[in-house]
Amino acid sequence: MTKALIGLFIGMILGGLCPISLPASYTKLFSVVLLVALDAVVGGLRAALNDRFSDTVFITGFLTNALFAAFLVFLGDRLALDLYYVALLVFGFRIFKNLAGLRRHLLKFL
Amino acid sequence: MRKFIGGWSLMFVCMIIGFMLAVQFRQVQIAKESLPAQRTEELAGRLVQLEEERDELEKQLELLKQEAETSTNSELLTELKLQAGVLPLTGEGIIIKMDDSTRVAKAGENPNVYLIHDDDLLRVINELRAAGAEAVAVNGQRLVATSEIRCAGPTLSVNNVRSAAPYEICAIGEKKSLENAIQMRGGVAETLKVWGIQLEVTAADNVYIPPYKGTFRRAYSRIAEENT
Repeated sequence: MTKALIGLFIGMILGGLCPISLPASYTKLFSVVLLVALDAVVGGLRAALNDRFSDTVFITGFLTNALFAAFLVFLGDRLALDLYYVALLVFGFRIFKNLAGLRRHLLKFL
Repeated sequence: MRKFIGGWSLMFVCMIIGFMLAVQFRQVQIAKESLPAQRTEELAGRLVQLEEERDELEKQLELLKQEAETSTNSELLTELKLQAGVLPLTGEGIIIKMDDSTRVAKAGENPNVYLIHDDDLLRVINELRAAGAEAVAVNGQRLVATSEIRCAGPTLSVNNVRSAAPYEICAIGEKKSLENAIQMRGGVAETLKVWGIQLEVTAADNVYIPPYKGTFRRAYSRIAEENT
């Protein structure tokens, strides 16, 4: 947990210092990938509390999800189909589901 | 809490999240600040403000004019005012109503020829002046020495006031000759009617011409010795 927070902190500082500015057309892709990453972390934490955490599963899951979500958004852009919302909805939903699992587990420790 | 392996990978992904969050935050911030919508809002606000200011100043001007009128009123001054066009006038003359053509442009045809342009109006006014019009007003805007008539998008700007078709040109002068000047064979009215532009001339005994309400600006010219 502490490592995750430290990582978040370091990333924020790096991002704040990095003079990267994205073209406006990429913000959608970016936000979807961001959501995927959030989902991966919450899912990973839940798996860790279940003692089912596996590095490979976690990293590959994160990468494939992120890539596919980005691809979906890209495709949606080309097809004039808002697949963007699909990715947002699914991953948003998953985050809440994982959060619920996380909460239940944490409640056990009380 | 139990320790778990794989904290490093979690940390790595968290780092990515943090990085993206920071970049995205900044991005959104920049987008909000430089949004054209914001600029338009700002400009609209300023427009309203300036319009209020203008109205206020116009009122002031009116007041000052009234004051000036009561204090000095010699014959010369009135004559000069008449020449400058700052006094309302009335007298015999004509009223010309002009409107865009009702005809629809055929395919491939330039629709511009069916609309009234500044040069159409200028020709009519030129004709009126040649026929001895003493005072002319377009849509309630008195024409003075510095008046302009020009296209401003789909409207015409006279004395920097915009108005759209139909245009009403009032002129004071001998009504018969004014009317003839416009209606003569091969004259302005006939040329414009070719394009279907509607032009209606009515002579009247009581044409009212409003005064020039703008300001006279003189920033560059100075009085000089007469060159012979």
